[in-house]
Amino acid sequence: MSDAKDMGFTPNEMMTIAASRALKSDDVCFVGIGAPSAACNVARLTHAPDITLIYESGTIGTAPDVLPLSIGDGELCETAVTTVAVPEMFRYWLQGGRISIGFLGAAQLDKFGNINTTVIGDYAHPKTRLPGGGGAPEIATSSRQVYITMAQSKRGMVEKIDFFTSFGHGDGGDHRKRLGIDTAGPTLLITDLAIWKPDPVTKEFTVVSLHPGVSREQVQETCGWTVKFAEALDETPAPTELELKTLRDLQARTKAAHQGTAKGKAA
Amino acid sequence: MIKFLPLKEAVAENLHDGDTVAFEGFTHLIPTAAAHEAIRQGFRDLTLIRMTPDLIYDQMIGMGMAKKVVFSYVGNPGVGLLRRARDAIENGFPRAIEVEEHSHAGMANAYEAGAAGLPCAVFRGYRGAGLAAVNPNIKSVTCPFTGEVLAAVPAIRPDVTFIHAQKADRKGNVLVEGIIGIQKEAVLAAKRAVVTVEEVVDNFDDLHPNLTVLPSWTIAAISVVPGGSHPSYTHGYYERDNAAYLEWDEIAADRDRFQTWMQKNVIESSADDFAGRVERLRKAA
Repeated sequence: MSDAKDMGFTPNEMMTIAASRALKSDDVCFVGIGAPSAACNVARLTHAPDITLIYESGTIGTAPDVLPLSIGDGELCETAVTTVAVPEMFRYWLQGGRISIGFLGAAQLDKFGNINTTVIGDYAHPKTRLPGGGGAPEIATSSRQVYITMAQSKRGMVEKIDFFTSFGHGDGGDHRKRLGIDTAGPTLLITDLAIWKPDPVTKEFTVVSLHPGVSREQVQETCGWTVKFAEALDETPAPTELELKTLRDLQARTKAAHQGTAKGKAA
Repeated sequence: MIKFLPLKEAVAENLHDGDTVAFEGFTHLIPTAAAHEAIRQGFRDLTLIRMTPDLIYDQMIGMGMAKKVVFSYVGNPGVGLLRRARDAIENGFPRAIEVEEHSHAGMANAYEAGAAGLPCAVFRGYRGAGLAAVNPNIKSVTCPFTGEVLAAVPAIRPDVTFIHAQKADRKGNVLVEGIIGIQKEAVLAAKRAVVTVEEVVDNFDDLHPNLTVLPSWTIAAISVVPGGSHPSYTHGYYERDNAAYLEWDEIAADRDRFQTWMQKNVIESSADDFAGRVERLRKAA
């Protein structure tokens, strides 16, 4: 992965930028904290200026100058079109079918896009108690589509997740339909090495594009299941200067603001 | 009738050992001062309800006050895990706690049902989710009109809810602005509600008619505690102390360091100390 570094960008930067490209100006995106939040705001600051970003704290159509540390930082509310109560957020806007993209991160992911952010080990006697689902269980089933972004590792991308926090495609195939879930579920996975899409029939995530300088072997070495590659494998276009500058400026502003060493535009 | 009380008395009058209590605030307006007062008064065997437990429940759990916690996200938002809560769940330290875990949608609907006087909430949720298998309070009902199977969870009815808000008027009506979270529902669902506010103003005559105002008769007691939500924030008054959330991760990682911090910043401290903590976070208007 040092290859990508030599190219003038890091694997994580490539991941965030590739994820940002998947979003469109007419999307209404429910934003998970962390990697999804960076990608969504890079999209808004580059090719998708009219995208509606929604955070679960109730802020609708928000346009923060720095990335929020939490899903409820004040700037989200100050720059939002409107701020609604949390029950309204989940009842009217998410359950009501208004969200086109639910954008989630994952601690553990399997090849069918099922996500675990609850426990490592047994639920009743966990080895590691993670924060849990928050809004994700219903974001995963009520958003029309789900995009997932995470850095690859054997610990993170596993054959079998320890807990089904958010349902993806279950055991694959038509498992969602059989549970009465009528939304598309995970349709895109963007990692630091590749872009993945579910097989149309089995729903197993398949690599469709490798990021510049990344080999098939690297993808397999950092993934806990046997990776399937599309027959026609693309190469992800490298970040443009504008994309990189936008992301780096955003991260620099964010770092300064959260350390309390600068106040961004409020100064 | 509503009373304006010093925080110490407001907490002593309304919270009791064994109570089911919600200290609500969705990242914004977290009632930290009220939680710290409860810690100083040393309540025991509480059932703590909150969507996003974060620092104050980490502190209360770490001090051994909780027998059960009901939640939907037991993390330090944007930072990581809650290490005192983890220690209790993983190792039973300082005591084992019972856990009832939901999704945000489940908790939000359950509070709303509590406020609405319903026995349960019905919504489209938990489909394919592992929580339904480990939490016996997640059940399902079938819509009598369409046949759709929907999730059902019991209403949340706390004995007492604590919230923090921007201001009260002299009659004791309370204004909540910004990210209003679940506070209105949490107040209306509870038997008693205690509100800490930044300030008291003469009246609310000039307010926009659609703002979120809790009438005085829905509240048992109000305490004026400037800075009372630090390190959370109060929209229009001071910003979130993100550095404090980052620092908490280190403090809570170590049992002894946690105790030392709690002794100095909570046990030997008082509600009056909050104003000073937010001084540098107030916006230069």
